[in-house]
Amino acid sequence: MKSFFSVAGAVAWRGIHNFATNPALIVPSLLFPLFFLAAFAGGLSRVSNVPNFDYKAGYTAFQYVWVLLQTVAVGGAFTGFAVARDFEGGFARRLLLAAPRRGGIILGYICVALVRVSFTGGVVTVAALLAGMNVLGSGVDILGLVGLAALVNVAATLFAVGMALLLRTSQGGFLIQTPIFVATFLAPVFVPLKLLNNWIETVAYFNPVTYILETGRGFLAGNPSGVLLAFGFAAALIVVLIPWVLFGLRSAEKAG
Amino acid sequence: MSSMVLTQMASLSRRSVLRVFRQPEIIVPALLFPLLIFGFQAAGLGSATKIPGFPTNSYVSFLLAFPLVQGSLFSAVAAGTDLARDIETGFLNRLSLTPMRPTALLAGSLVGVVALGFLQSVVFLTVGIIFGVRIEAGFLGALVLIVLTMLTALGFGGIGAILALWTGSGEAVQGIFPLLLVSFFLSSILLPRDLIQTDWFRTVATYNPISYLVEGIRSLIITGWDGHALLLGFLVAGGLALVGISGAALSLKGRLGRT
Repeated sequence: MKSFFSVAGAVAWRGIHNFATNPALIVPSLLFPLFFLAAFAGGLSRVSNVPNFDYKAGYTAFQYVWVLLQTVAVGGAFTGFAVARDFEGGFARRLLLAAPRRGGIILGYICVALVRVSFTGGVVTVAALLAGMNVLGSGVDILGLVGLAALVNVAATLFAVGMALLLRTSQGGFLIQTPIFVATFLAPVFVPLKLLNNWIETVAYFNPVTYILETGRGFLAGNPSGVLLAFGFAAALIVVLIPWVLFGLRSAEKAG
Repeated sequence: MSSMVLTQMASLSRRSVLRVFRQPEIIVPALLFPLLIFGFQAAGLGSATKIPGFPTNSYVSFLLAFPLVQGSLFSAVAAGTDLARDIETGFLNRLSLTPMRPTALLAGSLVGVVALGFLQSVVFLTVGIIFGVRIEAGFLGALVLIVLTMLTALGFGGIGAILALWTGSGEAVQGIFPLLLVSFFLSSILLPRDLIQTDWFRTVATYNPISYLVEGIRSLIITGWDGHALLLGFLVAGGLALVGISGAALSLKGRLGRT
């Protein structure tokens, strides 16, 4: 067990060091969330005037929760890109040879992703607060939102790392990022679920991200609902994706 | 223009068009991504038409300008990346040793982008019509819309070429895409300017030329023939093309001088 954690610690330290010392990795992961926040919360605030739009914390808060969840999910995808780059550079293959407990590699990358999104999520939160976001939830509610965001990040990281272990090339970036991007957009991004119409309403209804998002918005507004369902969905995603990432790891081991 | 220059332009244009259409990694994202984002936003923001004063009751019609202009951004990246590859692989250096005229080289490289712009506008318009969009300006309006989109693609293509000639790196050209995308979203693309509530955003959108480009295209779809909006749209697209082509010509001169 000690060797498992020492492998995880080494991978985490390297990944965090790479992220913290490389502006080329920091800037893109900050640019898009801030841009989405500005474009959607700033440009679309009039959407809150649509009849029956009754989110009491305001449109900036409404959009912030989506941007936060998107940031942490895409943070998982960026970790997948890092794994792919490690394979291209030969580091990952040497790591597979040297690590006594290879499962620790996955845990290490999860730690990297959590640290990355703590930073990017923090910056997005500060930007939203500066833009006048209302926070009506209590400290416990905010902890709930942070907990949900952390679980979403772990799930997205498991998916992205699993895909990167299977593909082992940066050219697979499209396959790593697109499903995450699509899943976050096929949720009630601009208006609550009850105001969606046509096919998007049906798709959003069956998309687990919808329930995570709506509960997150509830936390921020101080009236969370469906908390168990949201945490259940987030946890279930992780449980489903653990075999996926282990499958990816076995595939990478077999490839040598 | 001498016949030799025309022959050179024809050869390079053919190469440019073939290079674009033979690369699925250029064609597929240039068609798929704008449509994907268009689909998500049109569906998710459908209720926006219930905002008092919204100019149409179909958000799909309102948003159809989105893929048409966003597709042009892909053209910029495609043109820039292709030209940067020519620099990286030494093709431009070898070409500079031949009697090839720089005008022919530049025009040739941009023809592929304009062809891509044409394909994109036809595909996006067809998809829009399938999903119930009615072009208020009629068939002639649709043709004008295609011309305006191609002019926009030419302008953005020129900007991509400038970047490629300045940096000589495909990665640097691709790195500019997020910035172009930001300028695109900070416009009236998602809501009409008079319905943008946040003051700073409305001010940015008012000074952002992309807003007028979008409004020119949109006017043909949801209003009919609106001379003022159309004139502004063509002025922005024409200005963009002028800046893009003259900037690229100057950059090419500088690049060939250094070669």
